[in-house]
This record gives sequence, structure tokens and C-alpha cells, in this order.
Amino acid sequence: MPEYNLNVNGQSFTVEAAADTPVLWVLRDHLRLVGTKYGCGIGQCGACTIHLDGKAQRSCLTPVSSVENAKITTIEGLSEDGSHPVQVAWKEADAPQCGYCQAGQIMTASSFLRENPAPSNEEIRKAMHGNICRCAAYNRIEKAVAMASEKLT
Amino acid sequence: MATNFIGKPKNRVDGRDKVTGTAKYTAEFHRPGLLHGVVVSGTIAKGRIKNIDTTAALRLEGVVEVFTHINTPKQAWLDLSYKDMDAPPGEPFRPLHNDKIQFNMQPVALVVAETLELAQYAATLVKVEYEVEEHRTKLADHLEDAIDGDGFRAGFVPPKSQGNFKKAFSNSEVQLDVEYFHGAEHHNPMEMHAATVFYEEDGSLTIYDKTQGVKNSQHYISMVFGLSKKKVRVLSPFVGGAFGSALRPQYQLFLATLAALELKRSVKVELTRPQMFSFGHRPITIQNLKLGASPDGKLKAISHKAFSETSRFEKYVENVVNWAAKLYDCDNIEQVYKLVRLDMYTPLDMRAPGGATGVYALESAMDELSYKLKMDPMELRLKNYSEEDKSEGKPFSTKTLRECFQKGAAKFGWEKRNPQPRSMKKGHDLIGWGMATGVWDAMQVPARAKAEFSADGTLTVGSATADIGTGTYTIMTQIAAETLGLPLEKVKANLGDSDLPFAFIEGGSSTAASVGSAVQKVCEKIAKKLLKEAGKIKDSPFKGANPEEVIFADEMITDKINPSISMSFAEIMESRELEKINKKYMLLPNMLKQNKYSRNTHSAVFAEVKVDEDLGTIKVNRIVSAIDGGRILNLKTAHSQILGGVVWGISMAVHEDSFMDHTFGRFINHDLSKYHISVNADMPEIDVVFVEEPDMVVSSVGAKGIGEIGMVGVAAAIGNAVFHATGKRVRSLPITQEKAMT
Repeated sequence: MPEYNLNVNGQSFTVEAAADTPVLWVLRDHLRLVGTKYGCGIGQCGACTIHLDGKAQRSCLTPVSSVENAKITTIEGLSEDGSHPVQVAWKEADAPQCGYCQAGQIMTASSFLRENPAPSNEEIRKAMHGNICRCAAYNRIEKAVAMASEKLT
Repeated sequence: MATNFIGKPKNRVDGRDKVTGTAKYTAEFHRPGLLHGVVVSGTIAKGRIKNIDTTAALRLEGVVEVFTHINTPKQAWLDLSYKDMDAPPGEPFRPLHNDKIQFNMQPVALVVAETLELAQYAATLVKVEYEVEEHRTKLADHLEDAIDGDGFRAGFVPPKSQGNFKKAFSNSEVQLDVEYFHGAEHHNPMEMHAATVFYEEDGSLTIYDKTQGVKNSQHYISMVFGLSKKKVRVLSPFVGGAFGSALRPQYQLFLATLAALELKRSVKVELTRPQMFSFGHRPITIQNLKLGASPDGKLKAISHKAFSETSRFEKYVENVVNWAAKLYDCDNIEQVYKLVRLDMYTPLDMRAPGGATGVYALESAMDELSYKLKMDPMELRLKNYSEEDKSEGKPFSTKTLRECFQKGAAKFGWEKRNPQPRSMKKGHDLIGWGMATGVWDAMQVPARAKAEFSADGTLTVGSATADIGTGTYTIMTQIAAETLGLPLEKVKANLGDSDLPFAFIEGGSSTAASVGSAVQKVCEKIAKKLLKEAGKIKDSPFKGANPEEVIFADEMITDKINPSISMSFAEIMESRELEKINKKYMLLPNMLKQNKYSRNTHSAVFAEVKVDEDLGTIKVNRIVSAIDGGRILNLKTAHSQILGGVVWGISMAVHEDSFMDHTFGRFINHDLSKYHISVNADMPEIDVVFVEEPDMVVSSVGAKGIGEIGMVGVAAAIGNAVFHATGKRVRSLPITQEKAMT
């Protein structure tokens, strides 16, 4: 089994895994970083979203062999204490209900806001539409992104 | 200043855990040596397993065992042992029991290996040969074989007719006779069903299961495997959505437990997204509505008939046709509910089971009648507004539906509506406005709670209920803080642990009224005890005082008449040298009082849709949902609940459809690319209006429960709006582009 050196949340890890193992399962099963979720396995729901060099990516479709040179950020590494403006806005707006999709939502939103710190509502909807929330907190998610944007700008 | 938490828009107490990724769900608990189980799903709908070859899988290093019906040891043999709290009448499915295949994607083997990847690979090496029998899975083709939808099940009310429908209908000047259909749906919570079973040194089991009722899972495992309840602890501190899918113990629990007991090792089984389509769905219904009215719009006769699906082995019953008698003042009502046995897994309660589908047909038919009568649809509802529940001859405990109509209509701007279909056009878009009523039950069930107040001023309350995203942790905390007069930060709520006092499965919108009241009552007992202890202190002003004479607020007891007389909880605990005060409470609904009333929640839903005239694309543009849900315990989480319910209604109306390929008898769009669920880009503006009236009959906290009511009526309001936009009545859900156009 090949070994891979990964940089996750600023820390270095060496994992032994098949080359095509999705980063999602390396995070969850090898590194026990379970904040990143399995929701569909085919890149359709967004629950597994992480940052690769700051950009939102689906970890369920990303093989571990492709990320050795990237800086991986997961929900656990977004902030030390839940103080990232997106996380703060998320709590205030009651975006999480069951909470399961929220790590993916937050990682998508934080990457999006870095590129577009003052988006319109339409842009928010477009950016967030690939993240399914079965509790259907969509209107609150939209509000939370707008709230975070105000804090960031 | 009196503390006041109930009803306030407080932030979710578990919000931080959920935004930092620290909230742990079932498949995320770990111990060294944990094995992974992968389920092999069958590929035929009916028949038997002729041969199952596991040798190639077992040959792989790291594969520990493959369980099939052949090497699975004998379990309990009585059907009763497999009955859970939510089981419908019949014989519950037994995984790996014998060679019989009863539905497509039935689990036929569990591969257990050292890693997930290995178990997944080994699962592909298990070869199954089947003897295929002819199956039937299409409801519409077998209506002649229908059986009565009856039997005993918690929450199910067998339909009963009243008056003389036939005569009244034939004497009605205005008649409507229409048929409605809707497709199957699957719950698809974002979290997969999973069970992580830790095999302890003493042979006992610590089980994390995705469940809406830890006591239900514990009961099931203890009965099926013949284990003392003391040896089975079930936990589910966080549940990643359920919507009914986790009311019954599903096969992941059985399989993980079986493997752990046989191997004497810890085992985790997590289903895949396609496997989430292998157990339980919202059953298809074919409904016939006949409405008879006088020319002025008075309903004279209503007939509501429904055909629905069930499995060969259980009789799944839900309340589909029971709602007209609650909503409308009509003397002649016929209710008929039939089921067809098909070769599929037993359907499963899905958010507002029966109500979402039955009220869809009823409220669509009411809309059709309003056009026949040339009457405003809301006017027609008000004309036939029920002041009492005719089916039971009882008044409602509370009902604010009239105000819901008024406030909802005002918010929506209903009075500006041009009743003529296709009359409101904007560019390419046909605009339609529709409305409908929703109704659901307001249930209270038995619940226990315990509380512990410590000398450091903190309070811990607990009950073995669940928080499936509903906000149970939060309202338990608020109710406890309010009752005892503590700041929220000093209260901790525990749930999702079978070691806690009994609570029923979290379903049917019953939890707030049940567990909420139990928490309130146990905190009242703590308060009483504190007062009693205060009275024992030397020269105490509270000697012999009654709880009614004092206020519990700001961590103090204060005299109601003379507020300068007070004593802090800390002082009482210290003076009396108390470390802890522990209390328990068992809430039993006051049936004598409750049975005098019909207990329901209601809603008035208004919808605006845009339909592209050329392409037929439908966009739900605006929804106003006015809710009669009793007292609202937390404005923020309650609002979220209703938002979610409304979006579920939108999704049911225009997106969701579990498509069965009848050649194989299998749901074929079993992933999230082909099973459409509403997403952010589909979202309309949604206004939620609460018309509050505390319902002290349903619960001592005044709540009626609001998990389902937000959904009921939404699909009908949207369908009615599509008709208003296009002039075309689509009597089949989901209303897709092609149905709206052709």
C-alpha cells in the first residue's frame, strides 16, 4: 500500500492508503477527522466539501494520490474555536438543524466569500445550490452567508 | 427581573457543536480494532436464494467473516420479538433469516473486514444465484386485490363514515368527482443509516444507532438476540436527519449487532446512499374525491377513498382519508382506505405520513370545487369551517385556523387575486396564486424525565428522547431554565441514551408536548424541594411556604407579595449542606381531559408560482404559511421547523419521485443525482406566521408540536396555483414540466 504525506489543517500526516481512496475516507477513517461527511459519494450533495488550497472541493471524488502537494482544510481547521465569521453567522441565523450537511455548507460558503466577499442574494443562491440540506434550512443558509459577508466586508 | 426563555428566539444550544464539526453522528464513534461491515443487497424482487458463494470474499486477508442466511445463528422465533414501537400489523422483516427474497435490495449478506475498502471490495465478490419468482410492484395494476386498511397501530385511526354520503351526493346541485395520484418518496436524511456496536469486555453492548428512539432500538435488540436490557445500551446523541426513516430499527442495527455478538468484536455498519432506498418509503396513493355542494358553497357530501401500497409481510396503515371530517362542517362523509400487497419493503412513516398525501388530494379537490362554484377558494373554506370535529363530535382543544386564514391572506395579498386562470401574466411567465389548508394531530404521549440540581447551581435534565434537528436539546434547556429560574448556561439537557428515563420514539410531532411537559414537571419538583429546604433554615421566611406563594427566578426564591424577601439557591444548598437534589417525573397524558377534545394543529398556506408559458418550467416563487401550532417554545427553531416543512411540501409538489422500474421491481433513481430534492436555487421567499394560542389540554407547556404541520397543505396550494397560472389541472405529483405542458 503506498504512503502519502498530507498537510491537513496545518499539520503533517502520513497515511497508508490505496491511490484511489477518496480523501473523504482518508479524513474520516485514517485521520478521524469526522467533521467532513459522506452524503452521496458521487459529488451531488456537497456534504463532503473541504478546501484544497482555500478552494472548495468535493472530497468524495478527490483521490488521496492527487492532494499530496495541497493544503487541505477541513471544518475542524476552519477556526480554532468556531469563531470564523461564517460559523458565527451560522449559529446566529439557526442554519444548522440536524447539522449533518453543515460542515459542507460552511466550507462552500467560506471559500465562496473569500472570492466574492460582498455577493448579491442571487449569487449566494447560485454558489450554495450544490449543497443539499434535507432539513431545508436554505433560506436561513442564504441569510447566514449574507450576515457573514457583512462581517467580512 | 423574572427570567423568561420559553418562546424566545434563542440560539440552538448545540449550534456550536454543529458548526465546528464536533457533533458526532452514529458512524463517527471509534475504538481501536473496530471492524467494518458492508451490506450486500439482493437484486431481485421476489424468489429465493439458490446459492450464495462467499469463498472468494473470505479468501482475502483481512476479511473476517461473511454472514448470510446459511451461517446466521438462530434468533428469536416469535414475530412478537421483532415488533418495535412503530411496527404496523404483520410479521416484521427478519434480515438473513432464510433464503426467501421479499423485496428488491433486500440485504442478503454482511461482509465484515478490517477496513471499509476491503469490505466493499469483498462484497463485490459475493456471488448470489436466485430462483426468480414473478413479482408485482405496481399499485395501479392490482386495485382489484385491495384489502381493507385496518388493524391496530399507534396513532392510526381506522376510517369511519358518517351520515348518508350516497343520498346527499346525488342530491347535491354541484358535484365533483376526481382522482389524484402522487409518486413514492424516500426520506433521504443526509446522514446514512448506520450502527456502531462496541463489544465490551463483559459481553455487553454499547450501540450507537441512527434512531429516533434509543429505547425502541434497545427493546428490539434485547428481544431479538435474547439479551437483558442491562447488557444493551443504545445511544444517538446526534441524528443527521430522519423524517421518520429512523422510527423503526432498520437492518443496519440488526446486522452490526449480529456480527459483534458472533465475532465478539466491535463492528460498524454504514449503509450507502443507494441502500437508503432499500427500506421504507412514502407509499404511492391513488385517491378519489367526490364533493357535493349546494350552489352557495355549503358542502353536503364528501367521499374520500384511497388505495395505497403495503408489503406482503406487514400492513402499513396511515391516516390518509380521515381529515375532511376535521376540516369541514359536513354531515355526510364517506371514508374508504384500501391497501394492495406488493413485493416491496413495508412503507414507512415519512414526515406528516398520510396527512401530507390525503390533505393534498382533499385540498386540491376543494380548489376544483371552488371554480365550479365560482367562489373564492378561501371563501369556500370559511363557509364550511368546522367549529367542532364532526367525526368525533368533539370541540377542538384550540383552533386558530380562522385567524391563520386572515393573517396569511393579508400577508400574501390574497385580496388582489384575479380569480380567472391565466389572468396574471408577467413577460413569459404565467403567474398563479393558490391556497390550501393543512391539518395534523397534536399528540401527547407518556414520557419520563429526570433532573439533578447541584450545589454549584447547575441543573442537568434528561430523557431518552431524540433531537433529529428539531431543537429538542434547546427547548428542554429553555423549559428547565424557565421553570427553575436559571440562566440557560447553567442548564444541560441530555437525550439519545437508553440509560435515561423512558421516552417514546420522536415522531408525529409529539415530543415538545410530551418530553417538554415532563421536563417542566420534574423541574417543578426540584423547585418544590428547594423551597422545602429553604423553609428548614433557621428563622427562614419561607417556613411552610407553598410554591404558589413564591417566584423561582434569577437563581433565587422570592416572595411574590414582598419581593424584598428572597433566598438564593446557593444559600439554600449551603445552609442545608446539600450536594445534589435529584428528582424524577413520569408524565402520563390526562386522557380523561384530552378525550373530551379533538386535538389538532392547522395551517393556511398561500403559494405563488411562475410557469414559463413556452417551456412549462415551474418556479415556486412565494409561500406564506400561517400556523396554528399552540404556544411556540422557541421562535427561532420553530421557524426553522416550519421553513423545512414548507420546503418539503415544495419538494413533494414539484421534485421528488422515487421511480420504480416494474420490470425489476426496484427503485432505480436511487442516488442524489436522479432523486430530485429542492436545493437552494429553488427557494422561494417563505413567510411564516404563527397564530399562537397556548393549548393547555394538549400539554402543560401549551405546545401542540409543529414538526409536520409546516408540510401539510403545501403541495395542494402549489398545485392549485399551477392551475390558476395555466388553466391546466395536474392531478399527479410531482408536477413536472411535461405534466404542466401536455
